[in-house]
Amino acid sequence: MTPPPADVVPLPAAAAPTLPDLWPPVKIRRGFWGFLRRNPTIAIGGALLLIMLFIAVFAPYLGTVDPTTLNTPRRTRAPSAEAWFGTDMLGRDIYSRVLYGARVSLTVGFAVAILASVAGLTIGLVSGMVRWADGLIMRVMDGLMSIPSILLAIALMALTRGSIGNVVLAITIAEIPRVSRLVRGVVLSLREQPYVDAAVAAGTRTPMIILRHILPNTVAPMTVQATYICASAMIVEAILSFIGAGVPPIIPSWGNIMADGRALWQAKPFIVFFPAIFLSITVLAVNLLGDGLRDALDPRLAKAL
Amino acid sequence: MFSFLVRRILATIPVVVIVALFVFSLLFIAPGDPAAVIAGDQATPEQVERIRESLGLDRPFLVQFSEWAWRLMHADLGRSIFTNLPVTTMIAQRIEPTLSLMLITLLFSIFVAVPVGVLAAWKAGTIIDRIIMGFAVLGFSVPVFVVGYLLAYVVALELEWLPVQGYTPIARGVWPWLENLILPAIALGFVYIALIARITRATMLEVLQQDYIRTARAKGLAQTPILFIHALKNASVPIVTVIGIGVALLIGGAVVTESVFAIPGLGRLTVDAILRRDYPVIQGIVLLFSFVYVLVNLGVDLIYTLIDPRIRY
Repeated sequence: MTPPPADVVPLPAAAAPTLPDLWPPVKIRRGFWGFLRRNPTIAIGGALLLIMLFIAVFAPYLGTVDPTTLNTPRRTRAPSAEAWFGTDMLGRDIYSRVLYGARVSLTVGFAVAILASVAGLTIGLVSGMVRWADGLIMRVMDGLMSIPSILLAIALMALTRGSIGNVVLAITIAEIPRVSRLVRGVVLSLREQPYVDAAVAAGTRTPMIILRHILPNTVAPMTVQATYICASAMIVEAILSFIGAGVPPIIPSWGNIMADGRALWQAKPFIVFFPAIFLSITVLAVNLLGDGLRDALDPRLAKAL
Repeated sequence: MFSFLVRRILATIPVVVIVALFVFSLLFIAPGDPAAVIAGDQATPEQVERIRESLGLDRPFLVQFSEWAWRLMHADLGRSIFTNLPVTTMIAQRIEPTLSLMLITLLFSIFVAVPVGVLAAWKAGTIIDRIIMGFAVLGFSVPVFVVGYLLAYVVALELEWLPVQGYTPIARGVWPWLENLILPAIALGFVYIALIARITRATMLEVLQQDYIRTARAKGLAQTPILFIHALKNASVPIVTVIGIGVALLIGGAVVTESVFAIPGLGRLTVDAILRRDYPVIQGIVLLFSFVYVLVNLGVDLIYTLIDPRIRY
């Protein structure tokens, strides 16, 4: 993680070198726990994400009530022992809504990451391997990338009924061009490698070359990219729901809870506060995981960034 | 140089055409029946038909597209379904706040992010570097509306240093105008600053390894000119690229920031249009922002030749 100190800091002029003759022996830690010790960002990000997954899966058993139950006499109550995070303007329990909201965010994040990766991988492979298709595909991807992704998702959501499936689809379409470009770049550099030439010379068929020699090399950059897509998908989902273009208001998602609290945020800031905290922590967890994976999978990049 | 200019400008034409084609065909790509969705759940079949007709969905795709493209070339984006005003008029009424917000954010972010990134690269590996990069990770993780509400609550509501919400046109004075834009600009710039600072640090780290930096040090040059003149100049191409690419973040974030801070700009127009399912307005805004984005990145390409004489096309 820590980049080596660059040799740019001028040394004190007369300081005699006090380096030890030998570096102290390095104890190599192996196995799962050793890996986590060497990559603390993966450990922290992974742990936070596991907690959120736990919350999402076991939301009904964590002291929640039905997140859609209206209780109008008890509207906009501040957090108390009864309603831990308070209630919103329809008397719904915010603690329950926030916990159930984890389900929406994680579903959208993971679904978009997987779908965009698969679609982007396919398009990128075709573009990188089939020369005549490359120009056309990349022009289309350039055009798609020129539409800011949130606006593209907004335009798509304006034309479809609000549902989790449509939100996933809209965000996926907006994410595909970037993945395709990444995969194409990897494929183009790989196909010039001597071992690919050797495979061609040995008579290996193209599908086998892709499967054996190209695809395995896309796994590392794709894993990192998928975590970043997951993080950005969760933010875009919250933004879409917040401005009323996301999942239907009846479903408790973090963006929807914040949208509910928007009119009252000056008087009752806690309605916006709790989903905001959960969303930020979840995105942070995924981003830390991505940074950690990037450093662990590509040590060359780790130095630079 | 001149022939490069012409070629580079011509090269944006296919991109613009694909953007227009794609934005237009969204009506056809969208699953389900867009006319029924736009009309709403309570609409009668006649109302759905009327909307289908006004969107031109009852005619063949190519006919529609060529008519639409022809009108587009004459700066006609159609009429709003809801107000029946021309979309261009509606956009023109709302463009000043959005333009102000984005320009202020752009300037503010560059002035913060570049020095901070240079500092992080200079102090690489130290606690200062770690704090700056920690903030960058936060910048990528905390969504723009969360930063917005936090700032508005602490700085405006609790400390009462700045107005909470709203917008004052620049015609009524520079300070009232600026006063309303400070908090939104910080909120909107948060992720943008993180992006620029990260890339600045990464490129500067690379440049600072170069021999000519060692030479500059050896001849006794002070730290500041080495960092900001010798090194930054050579690190500037990737930084300018990211500033251009990141404008997409500003555009997307502006929609949200405007609803948090009640700024009557294009973002608010978008949100209102979504609630009314006013598709021509949304289409117009998406097209406008995409063209702006293409133009910004065209500008970035031209700036390359100015800042780096090695780049000759």
